[in-house]
Amino acid sequence: MATLFHPTAAFSTSHKLHIPSPISVRKGQIFVVRSDARMNNLISRGAHKSQTQRLLTNAVATKADNSSSSKTGHELLLFEALQEGLEEEMERDPRVCVMGEDVGHYGGSYKVTKGLAPKFGDLRVLDTPIAENAFTGMGIGAAMTGLRPVVEGMNMGFLLLAFNQISNNCGMLHYTSGGQFKIPIVIRGPGGVGRQLGAEHSQRLESYFQSIPGIQMVACSTPYNAKGLMKAAIRSENPVILFEHVLLYNLKERIPDEEYVLSLEEAEMVRPGEHVTILTYSRMRYHVMQAAKTLVNKGYDPEVIDIRSLKPFDLYTIGNSVKKTHRVLIVEECMRTGGIGASLTAAITENFNDYLDAPIICLSSQDVPTPYAGTLEEWTVVQPAQIVTAVEQLCQ
Amino acid sequence: MALSRVSSSSPSILLKPLSSYLSLRRRSVSSSSTDPLTVETSLPFTAHRCDEPSRAVETSAAELLSFFRDMALMRRMEIAADSLYKAKLIRGFCHLYDGQEAVAVGMEAAITRKDCIITAYRDHCTFLSRGGTLLEVFAELMGRRDGCSKGKGGSMHFYRKEGGFYGGHGIVGAQVPLGCGLAFAQKYCKDENVTFSLYGDGAANQGQLFEALNISALWDLPSILVCENNHYGMGTAEWRAAKSPAYYKRGDYVPGLKVDGMDALAVKQACKFAKEFALKNGPIILEMDTYRYHGHSMSDPGSTYRTRDEISGVRQERDPIERVRKLLLSHEISTEKELKDTEKEVRKEVDEAIAKAKESQMPDPSDLFKNVYVKGLGVEARGADRKEVIATLP
Repeated sequence: MATLFHPTAAFSTSHKLHIPSPISVRKGQIFVVRSDARMNNLISRGAHKSQTQRLLTNAVATKADNSSSSKTGHELLLFEALQEGLEEEMERDPRVCVMGEDVGHYGGSYKVTKGLAPKFGDLRVLDTPIAENAFTGMGIGAAMTGLRPVVEGMNMGFLLLAFNQISNNCGMLHYTSGGQFKIPIVIRGPGGVGRQLGAEHSQRLESYFQSIPGIQMVACSTPYNAKGLMKAAIRSENPVILFEHVLLYNLKERIPDEEYVLSLEEAEMVRPGEHVTILTYSRMRYHVMQAAKTLVNKGYDPEVIDIRSLKPFDLYTIGNSVKKTHRVLIVEECMRTGGIGASLTAAITENFNDYLDAPIICLSSQDVPTPYAGTLEEWTVVQPAQIVTAVEQLCQ
Repeated sequence: MALSRVSSSSPSILLKPLSSYLSLRRRSVSSSSTDPLTVETSLPFTAHRCDEPSRAVETSAAELLSFFRDMALMRRMEIAADSLYKAKLIRGFCHLYDGQEAVAVGMEAAITRKDCIITAYRDHCTFLSRGGTLLEVFAELMGRRDGCSKGKGGSMHFYRKEGGFYGGHGIVGAQVPLGCGLAFAQKYCKDENVTFSLYGDGAANQGQLFEALNISALWDLPSILVCENNHYGMGTAEWRAAKSPAYYKRGDYVPGLKVDGMDALAVKQACKFAKEFALKNGPIILEMDTYRYHGHSMSDPGSTYRTRDEISGVRQERDPIERVRKLLLSHEISTEKELKDTEKEVRKEVDEAIAKAKESQMPDPSDLFKNVYVKGLGVEARGADRKEVIATLP
């Protein structure tokens, strides 16, 4: 089964990620990285990743399939996993700093930055006034000189105020300067539909940001991938937007003690299957898994993939799955119009149309502002029962 | 507040940016001297919550000559850009800086390349003063590969990382938070350098400016906000856009200084003062009272919202190049003929650069996909028809 390996990494202050001989483990397969740390064998399982990646990832033992390793690792909640990842990166690289509202002395409105301000000081964990446009711009300006800020939007919806900075400066500066400036910034925050938070605080910004060229978007869904993606995002030279979900912060999971970094561009295979590919991300993963239980009882074998990388899509993993099952269901929390699901549908149709036995079904939230009333709110998002119905429909 | 430093070293820094790449052959013995020379600014500074610097500016003959040459070069470059635009070699937006050269030149004289400058879209001359070459300017304007942003930025996106010039931004006011971020990085790295964030009188009404100013003042950042007040925000005069056009006072709790922006020496004095001030006390606002002869951009004739008399009046009375010329003549640093020769040389330089830029290649189609992401992502991007052109983003 999956085993754990400790990468003996020399995390020197030169900030270069040279891991001498890491071994990565994926669901029973082992890829060995040559000692000159060339990446080709590690992540690439095909032609797409023929480039040497500067970011070496060494995802250590995945969670679900090793009950034997329940004694190793430590249990924590998702927000603690994010905090751990952030803290490790801040220790490792003095250029990493955190900016946001109430991230310092208050400890973060979702406790993701708890304990960081007393540890690293006010210059590295900065409490900003309520001025998203300004502090996001400042984060980008600082990133232009080589600092690696992590900008927190208290709620992703507030980052709409900083849209100009994110779109024009963050995404495009590398291009319009002819490659002179890199923007290694991480913009993160909770989004998604919560528990009756109202329309303005239940927004899904991934659909608005997805067109911006030059940025990467990832969505975390478990403590394991939250920590790994946080670390990867900070180490990435590109601007990364990390979408967290308000309702997932208290998920508990056992994660490895060893240091690990996930790949930003990869999707996660949650449950392999044969009959239908269900693509999802963030909170909808849990609705899908709930529906999967019902589906299994009914005799279906769904393959569930958490796409994680919202921009760019991991069409390699997705493609392999489509080629196997020939049926696709997308379950997302974005709204129907112009959401991630809409783009994913288009991408799959363009690339894998020949492999599809049925049209792609995309389940998204309704195109309405999220209402306050509990029952109405439930009807705006996709529920497990609808997923089951959709799969049955697809598999006819 | 009198400045203590005698800038005998600054002329050598000055000579580097523009004049150094051209071998200087002329100059009578006395004119190239770096002996300190004190000149009074013609107008006093007006201060808000601080003590204004003295009107006596330390300079030298060499520095004045370099001012003249640099400003003449900038002027010539902008006029040439005007003709190129009309000849449709430059397309899109082209915002010209002629009339405002003193701000770029005076600022550069007061600071080092480690200090950062960020400005908006009227950036051709500031780029030049930060070490850019004429070829890079014209090639970029014409969208050629040899441009400073490889032809992919255009007039509004000039950057020069090694010169400490951070652009070049099209959206009004968005550069000010970026500039405060640069100042934050300087403080974080304990650099002892400052950042000048330039913006116009139109941008002075942007909210993000005050947001960034608040944060800079709170965190004590070495951030200097410079309002280049040319009195018109595109077609709207300042009295129609701002309830309080005293931009140097708009910072309220942040000190400010109003400067005659057509006087390169006054600009130099103010920037020097501001740098010292910001390193000790946090942000300060400088308002440069300046004027642009062209319209807002090449699509704006510039005469529908102001009279031609006004423009020619400013040109006669306050032109920055004429001012330095008069100084040079009155201090007998140079003769009329020498200055005319300088202008001819400068004209020739610009013409040569344009010719060279015209020969430069257009970007390759593969350049379309370069620099979207920093190397190593291996993402696929598709061309417009989604099937024929499939490129891997390098």
